[in-house]
Amino acid sequence: MRPERVRGEGRFALFLLLPAAIVVFGVVLYPVVRTLLMSFYDVDSAMPGSYPFAGLGNYAKAFQDPSFYPVLGHTAYFTIVSTVAELVLGMGVALLLNAPLRFKWLWRSLVVLPWALPTIVNGALWRWIDNGQYGVLNQLLGTEIQWLGSPFLALNMVIVADVWKNTSIVAFFLLAGLQTIPAEIREAAVMDGASTWRTFWSVVVPLLKPSIAVVLVLRTIEAFKVFDIVYVMTGGGPASGTQTVAFYTYLQAFSNQLFGYGSALAYLIVIAVGALAMFYLRLLRQNQMAGV
Amino acid sequence: MVAIDRRTVLKTAGGAGLAALLAACSGGKGASSGDQGSGKGEIRALFMKQAAYTEADVTKMTAAFTAANPEIKVTPEFVAYEALHDKIVAAGPAGTYDVVLIDVIWPAEFGSKKMITDVTGQWAPEWKTEMLAGAIETAQYDQKLYGVPWIMDSKYLFLNEAHLSLAHANPQWLDTWDGVLKTARRLKEAGVVKYPLIWSWQQAEALVCDYAQLLGAMGGKFLDESGKAAFNAGGGVQALEFMRQTIVDGLTNPASTQSLEADVQRVFQAGQASLVLNWTYMYGAANDAKQSKVAGKVQVAQTPKGSVGRPGVNGGMALCVTAGSKNQAAAFKYISHLTSQPEQEKYALSSLPVWTTSYDEPAVVQTNPKVVPQAKKQLDDLILRPQAKNYNAISQVLQAELQNALLGRKPAQQALDDAADKANSLLQS
Repeated sequence: MRPERVRGEGRFALFLLLPAAIVVFGVVLYPVVRTLLMSFYDVDSAMPGSYPFAGLGNYAKAFQDPSFYPVLGHTAYFTIVSTVAELVLGMGVALLLNAPLRFKWLWRSLVVLPWALPTIVNGALWRWIDNGQYGVLNQLLGTEIQWLGSPFLALNMVIVADVWKNTSIVAFFLLAGLQTIPAEIREAAVMDGASTWRTFWSVVVPLLKPSIAVVLVLRTIEAFKVFDIVYVMTGGGPASGTQTVAFYTYLQAFSNQLFGYGSALAYLIVIAVGALAMFYLRLLRQNQMAGV
Repeated sequence: MVAIDRRTVLKTAGGAGLAALLAACSGGKGASSGDQGSGKGEIRALFMKQAAYTEADVTKMTAAFTAANPEIKVTPEFVAYEALHDKIVAAGPAGTYDVVLIDVIWPAEFGSKKMITDVTGQWAPEWKTEMLAGAIETAQYDQKLYGVPWIMDSKYLFLNEAHLSLAHANPQWLDTWDGVLKTARRLKEAGVVKYPLIWSWQQAEALVCDYAQLLGAMGGKFLDESGKAAFNAGGGVQALEFMRQTIVDGLTNPASTQSLEADVQRVFQAGQASLVLNWTYMYGAANDAKQSKVAGKVQVAQTPKGSVGRPGVNGGMALCVTAGSKNQAAAFKYISHLTSQPEQEKYALSSLPVWTTSYDEPAVVQTNPKVVPQAKKQLDDLILRPQAKNYNAISQVLQAELQNALLGRKPAQQALDDAADKANSLLQS
C-alpha cells in the first residue's frame, strides 16, 4: 500500500494535468467522436436537429461518387511526388549543411526560412510567382506559360510550392541524423577505398534509416492531408485538377453543408493516414530488429 | 518523482473517451434557438471586406446607428467574400452573429435550413414597390423574405478609351457582343495590347457570373419551367462557345482561367487589357491615379447586347437576422438603418442603393455621374442564378465543366450536357 504522501502527490500531479486534459478533451476528443457519430447520419445542415440514420451509407457514397476517384488520384500523386522530392532534396541540403562550411549558422538560418513561413503566405507567394500574366517565373525564364492554367501542370506547381516549403524540415531531420554518425565510420570506409557515392549509399544511408523513416511518416501524412496550399493557390481548379481529398471534404462539409458525408470523408482520410503510419512504423521496427 | 501508474492513466483516458462519447451523443445543441430579445444590448454583424461598402463606410454607418440608438452596441466583423459563406455556416449553430450579409445565391440554402429568419412580416409594405425588383430577389425564397437588400450590383463593361482611340475603334461598337469581338480584333491587329480581353474565369462563382451574363444575352436559361437544367441548350451553349472562341482567337488573355475579379482589375489598371466585365467598384479604382496606370481613360457601359437582350447578372446582397440571434429585434433595427434610403444614398459612391428613386436623386447621380445612368438602365434587367437549396453544389459542377470547355478539354455541348446531368441529380436530391 502506497503511503498517503505519495497518493497526495499523485492527485496533485493529476490536478496539474487537468488544464491540458480539458484542452485535449475539447479540441481533440470531442470533435473526433462527434465527427464519427455524424458520419453515420444524413446530416445536411450545420444547425442542430434530428437527422436520419444512414449507417455506412455516407462511406458507401464516397465510393459511388464519380468525383471522388479523380480527387483520390490527385492526392496520391501529390503525396508520392512531394514526399519523394522533399526526401531527395532534403538529403542533399542536409549533406551540404553537414559539410565543413564557413558561416554554417547563416546557411542553416536561410534554409529554415521557407519552413517558418505560414502555408497560407507560401501559397499566396507562389500564386504570384506562377501568375501567367505578371509572375516572376515567366519573367525569369522569358516564357509565357500559364503555370496554373492546365490541371496537371497546376498540380505540379502546387507540389513545387509544397516542396519549396517543406524541404527545410526534412533537411533538418536528416541533418540531426547525420550528426549522430561518427566521422570515424566514414573515414574508415574512405580508408578502405570506398568512393564517395559508395560511402554515402552503403554507410550513411543505412545509418540514417531511422531518421528517414520518421521523415517519411511525417511528410506522407502531412501531404495526404494537404488543403491550405491548394485553397490559396488554385481553389481546386483549373477544371478541379488540383482538388485533393481534404479539399473535397471541405467543399462537401462547409460549402455544401453535407456534414454527414463530409464527416465520412474525413474518417476515410483518418483510416488512410492511419494505415500509412502503421505500414511505415512496421517497416521501421523490422529494420531496427534486423539491426540495420 | 511522482509515479502515475498505467491503471490510472488508462482509467483517466477511458473516462475522457466515454465523456466525449456522451457529450457528442448529446447533440451539441449550441445556441441555435433565437430570441427577439429586449431590443437592447450587444449585437455582432458579419460583413465582407472587398467591393461595395468599405469597412470605413460600415464603421461610419454603425456609428450613426449607435448614436441614435445608444442602448444597442454593435460589433462589426469583416471577412473576404470567399470566406463569407463558410463563416456563416460555421458560426450558425453557436449563434455567434446576429446579422449576416448574404449573397443573392444563398437565401434558398440558408432559408430552407432555417439559419436565417423569415422577416416578411417586418417589411414595411412600401418597400416592395420602392425597391428595385432585382434587389428584392436577393432576400427572397419560396415567397418569403429572409432579409433586407443592401447591395445592388451587376457586371458592367469597362473600356480603355485611349486604347480604342489608338486602334481607331468606335466605342459604339461595344453595344453588342459581336461588336466587342470586332473591337477586340481591331485592338489586337493594331498591336495596342496582346490580349484585349481578360475575364474572371477561375474555377469559382465569378466564372458563373460572367457565364450568366452571356447566357442571358444569347437567350439561354439556367433552368426550364419544370426546374430542370436548361443551360445545355441554345443560348447556354452559344455563350460557352463564344467564351472558348475568344481564347482560341487569342483575344482573351489565357490567364483568365486563373483570374478572379481582382486579377481582372489589376491587369486592366496596368493597361494590359482594353475591355473587361467587372462590378461597379472597378470604375472608381481604375480611375484612381494612385493605383491605376489608366486613370482618366476608363469608361463604363452597360453589358453588351446579344441575340436576345443584355441582362446583367444579379450580384445583389442582403442583410439577414440569424436564427440563432438572441437579440433579433435589435438586429433588425440595425439592418433597417443600414438599408434605409437616406443612409444608402450617403454612401452611393461605394455601392449603389437598392431604392428605385435614388437613381434620379441629383445627390446620388453626382457621386458617380458616369456609372449611375448606366446602372439605372442595367439594374432594370437582371438575370438570376438558380435559387436552389443546394446551389453551391450545382455551381461547383457547372464551374468545373465550364473550365473543361474553356481549356479545350471538352466541346462546349458535351461539357454542358455533363454539367446538366450532374445538376439534375443534385436538383432532385
